[in-house]
Amino acid sequence: MILPSLLTSLILIPTVGALAILVLRSDDHKFIRGFALGVSIFEFLFSLTLLWRMDFSASGYQLEENFKWIKLPPIHYHVGVDGLSVFLVILTTFLTAISVIASWNSIHERIKEFFVMLLMLEVGIVGVFLSLDLFLFFLFWEVMLIPMAFLIGIWGHGRRIYAAIKFVLYTMAGSILMLVGIIWLYNVTGSFDLPHIQQALQTGVVSLSHRSELLLFLAFFFAFAIKVPLFPLHTWLPDAHVEAPTAGSVILAGVLLKMGTYGMMRFCLPLFPQASREQRWWIVVLAIIGIIYGALVALVQPNLKKLVAYSSVSHLGFVVLGIFTFGTIGIQGAIYQMLAHGISTGALFLLVGMLYDRRHTFEISEYGGLATPMPRLSAFFLFAALSSLGLPILNGFVGEYLILLGTYSVNWKWASWAATGVILSACYLLWAYQRVFFGEVTHEKNKSLPDTSARERGILLAMAAVTLWMGVGSAYLTRRTATASETIRQQMLRPGDMQPQESSLTPGGSSLKISLERSGTR
Amino acid sequence: MPTPMLDHLWIIPLLPLLGAATNGLFGKNWPNKLVNAVALNATGFSFLAALEAVREFIFVRNQELFRKEFFDWIVAGSFRAGFDLQMDQLTVIMVLVVTGVGFLIHIYSTGYMAHEGGYYRFFSYLNLFMFFMLILVLAANYVLLFVGWEGVGLASYLLIGFYFLKKSASDAGKKAFIVNRIGDFGFMLGMFLLFKTFGTLDFTQLFAKSAPWANEGWGVFGTFTVACLLLFTGACGKSAQLPLYVWLPDAMEGPTPVSALIHAATMVTAGVYVVVRSHVLFTHSETALVVVGTVGCATAFFAATIGLVQTDIKKVLAYSTVSQLGYMFLACGVGAFGAGIFHLMTHAFFKALLFLAAGSVIHAMGGEQDMLHMGGLSKKIKVTYWTMLIATLAIAGFPPLAGFFSKDSILFEAFQREGGWHPLYFFGLLTALLTSFYMFRLIFLTFHGKQRYDEHHVHVHESPWSMLGPLVVLAVLSVIGGWMAAPSFWGGEDHFTSFLSPIFGAAHEGALSEATAHSFELTLAVVAVVAALIGLLTAFWLYIKQPGKPAEIAKSLKPLYTTLCNKYYVDEAYGAVIVKPLLALSTNVLWKVIDVEMIDGTVNGIAHGATATGDITRQTQSGNTRSYAVWVVIGALAVLVIIFWPAIRAMAGGAQ
Repeated sequence: MILPSLLTSLILIPTVGALAILVLRSDDHKFIRGFALGVSIFEFLFSLTLLWRMDFSASGYQLEENFKWIKLPPIHYHVGVDGLSVFLVILTTFLTAISVIASWNSIHERIKEFFVMLLMLEVGIVGVFLSLDLFLFFLFWEVMLIPMAFLIGIWGHGRRIYAAIKFVLYTMAGSILMLVGIIWLYNVTGSFDLPHIQQALQTGVVSLSHRSELLLFLAFFFAFAIKVPLFPLHTWLPDAHVEAPTAGSVILAGVLLKMGTYGMMRFCLPLFPQASREQRWWIVVLAIIGIIYGALVALVQPNLKKLVAYSSVSHLGFVVLGIFTFGTIGIQGAIYQMLAHGISTGALFLLVGMLYDRRHTFEISEYGGLATPMPRLSAFFLFAALSSLGLPILNGFVGEYLILLGTYSVNWKWASWAATGVILSACYLLWAYQRVFFGEVTHEKNKSLPDTSARERGILLAMAAVTLWMGVGSAYLTRRTATASETIRQQMLRPGDMQPQESSLTPGGSSLKISLERSGTR
Repeated sequence: MPTPMLDHLWIIPLLPLLGAATNGLFGKNWPNKLVNAVALNATGFSFLAALEAVREFIFVRNQELFRKEFFDWIVAGSFRAGFDLQMDQLTVIMVLVVTGVGFLIHIYSTGYMAHEGGYYRFFSYLNLFMFFMLILVLAANYVLLFVGWEGVGLASYLLIGFYFLKKSASDAGKKAFIVNRIGDFGFMLGMFLLFKTFGTLDFTQLFAKSAPWANEGWGVFGTFTVACLLLFTGACGKSAQLPLYVWLPDAMEGPTPVSALIHAATMVTAGVYVVVRSHVLFTHSETALVVVGTVGCATAFFAATIGLVQTDIKKVLAYSTVSQLGYMFLACGVGAFGAGIFHLMTHAFFKALLFLAAGSVIHAMGGEQDMLHMGGLSKKIKVTYWTMLIATLAIAGFPPLAGFFSKDSILFEAFQREGGWHPLYFFGLLTALLTSFYMFRLIFLTFHGKQRYDEHHVHVHESPWSMLGPLVVLAVLSVIGGWMAAPSFWGGEDHFTSFLSPIFGAAHEGALSEATAHSFELTLAVVAVVAALIGLLTAFWLYIKQPGKPAEIAKSLKPLYTTLCNKYYVDEAYGAVIVKPLLALSTNVLWKVIDVEMIDGTVNGIAHGATATGDITRQTQSGNTRSYAVWVVIGALAVLVIIFWPAIRAMAGGAQ
């Protein structure tokens, strides 16, 4: 067949799109924007076909493509998708399309390069989620870094260079460790192929010493923890967000952070289960600190965008917590929360960006009373804030609820501490909302601000629709991620391990069930 | 026999949701009449649908529990939370109160809000509230109930902050939501514990599984006690009990119909509903019941004392609501869940009426809410006066009005409950006296005595019939609402209790025999009425006979008076102990020290270290060709050494 297959196409479409823009005449801005939009929407629709092509009840990777790339060391172009990665891919393509529209009027310089970078970023992220070869994974991981750094450094705001460099250096510090880990794994297993390595480690064909498993775990975990970001490795995030253009922030919060939690689920848990279990206690503590700390610092931010950035630290803490429950409910919640956070925080960044387009400031004190001149935007903002603070039937609730439920059955103290984040998120979001939108208009400049344009309303409506759909129809997603999360749990088993217990049910509960059934048969 | 309405039970909440969406999305430029049509039809038909569902439940299904799963909402592992609705005797009461009183208040609002801006927004929120409240009472599992639970909190937030230009209003809305969230924190943990223990959050399954478990005695903190106390934390937030009651008085910033619907008749009673719904769990724990009863009783008394000195007509009613909710929890605490629901229902009638009448007074006075600037209104707004007087008599507990029966049954149950519950009875009785006093104080200050406003500025006028109509209907309900229980006074059957008996079991065996109990009930009723009379007469004496006296008393008891006026300084204490330290900690320690100085300081320090290292090594990059040549040679030598290293080492070894 001449046409490349589905997953490769997903990587190729934005690549070709970016290259095409690059060779275009640079002065026709309208055409460039339109072209980028066309490519991103096509990519999004194309990614949706995955949903029909996949069998969600089967475990393992699907639609795999595996070609030899480099003979020695044996590096393959190996891509595949499962219930965990498919929705992250769709989230990426969706948010990229949204970002293109969001950047319509707010980017004035180097428009061509901007859209090239945005599409290259998409290539990198989609590649990361699809790669099943460690080397390929690392390649895309680094590919993604460059366009993001440029997006911040060139089209960002005031301290953009500082923020871009900080972002790159932080991530690189982690990447280097991960690279060491990947090479080490190759030395041990003789392969870069993830399913192969996984198989070898699980069946005991290759066994790691206790110490090397720990070091490998830490190498990977550290790289991912920076990306998440887990407290105290989070300080690149507020700077990167505040300085990034809106599209950059949306992608950054929406999907880049999830690469970290995705990595934990894809690599740390399945490859190094022993170390994951042993190191869990401090990871959970850091996640909980992140939840509370992020929320408290968000509470007192005078800068609206920074506030949303710190709220991400808090929300991603929930995800890490869910992953490290090692239980179905917790992991399902974590996967769901990753997607939900992408939408709700993405929407918040879009809204903050719209305010910036109008007033060129993120300072909360510069606003106030905006509900009067811009009722529609304030309604959308409230909707996004409510989904972010976890109002039931919007998307934020389901993830948080499942994570806390899963955590509670492991350790009620963890759940109790983490649940304070539920109170605090209401505090910082509603307080910020009040200061920005309620009251009389205090600044003369704000009196005549235009409400949302048709373009803005379009993307906000799309985000709101997804928010509501995810909140009400969460079962659609969790049914399709169930096998993937169960697979992670299965992969954590090693020869000699006991069958995993469904940790959400205490023996008391199940024995009761049995006794009830017995009494029924009598 | 078919039960079409029950089979489509979702229609009842969906109608108000459609109304909310229609008005919210398109109503902005519509005339008021069109907005009315949408909102009233949505609620009205929802009420009719509820009536039909209740009819099918009672006559077709013979009061057998109806339960239906509509779709799976959250599914993960062994956890399932569905959009499951149910109808039982308890739901019947709640759904009729919510839709019935809700519909009346919608009608009233068309008059009250006629001249306000944001008319469409108001009705959209009000419909949204109805949707969530109906989800709350129809839900068949805790998670779906929690949807309604948080959702009514949202509607309340939106409606309290309806006049969002006023800072006090948006503050109050935010406070309500956050304080409720504190309660919800407990509620969520309670759900988690229940799921962990029983593996389900479905009412039917959960209660069936938990029923055979052993009871937990006083001081035992087992599953039931902890779970119930956690659920009760949520109830304290929603139903404004100590120590989370602080949001409700502030919530009076919302338009008056909102105070009537949400902050008196329906939403705030959701906490009571949850405790009653979970009665199977609560009765397993002695400790939890004692806590519920004590908190309820303490709140009832505490709020009543604050109510004594308030001068804002709505604030008096707000504290009165807190106090009456305390009664309902007192009932739950002594295990008289039916009596709690009975009071919930009668309270919905007379308290909604009180608020709506107060709204009518405020409307008549052109927005004035301070009773000290009213007086002598009884002649001018007669319908409002008479309906409000009926409600006052009802809440004060005079027979044969609704409040008499419900309050009496609570006090009776508290009295006859074995084991050290008499203090609760005593405080309950004392609260009844205080209630009667502050309510008649309100009546006398507002409607009697001298006129204390300037007639040239205020043109007192009776409200339109769209407002008075609901007042009259509610007044009728406030009179007859308790009669279902009346026959028990002449030895007959208490129809209300027997209707609910399939849920709570037959009326539990009291400590006293049937005949003694009956004579006791009569005696206690007389005592309660006497207490109410004392309250009435004291108010009469202080505010009609000796109008100068209250000021004198206030002066002689200055510390007490100011403490009461400042609501025991609870808000100030929370601000000083929790809010301010938390903000200071977050700003000065977490953000500015840990984040900026410690973590970022370290990161930047490493960066500076790298720069410094670079500065030193940079000097090798001089751009001078000759120095580069030297480096090339050195490099080449190094490469050679590395390549031949084994040989060199071998040579060195050989030399040794």
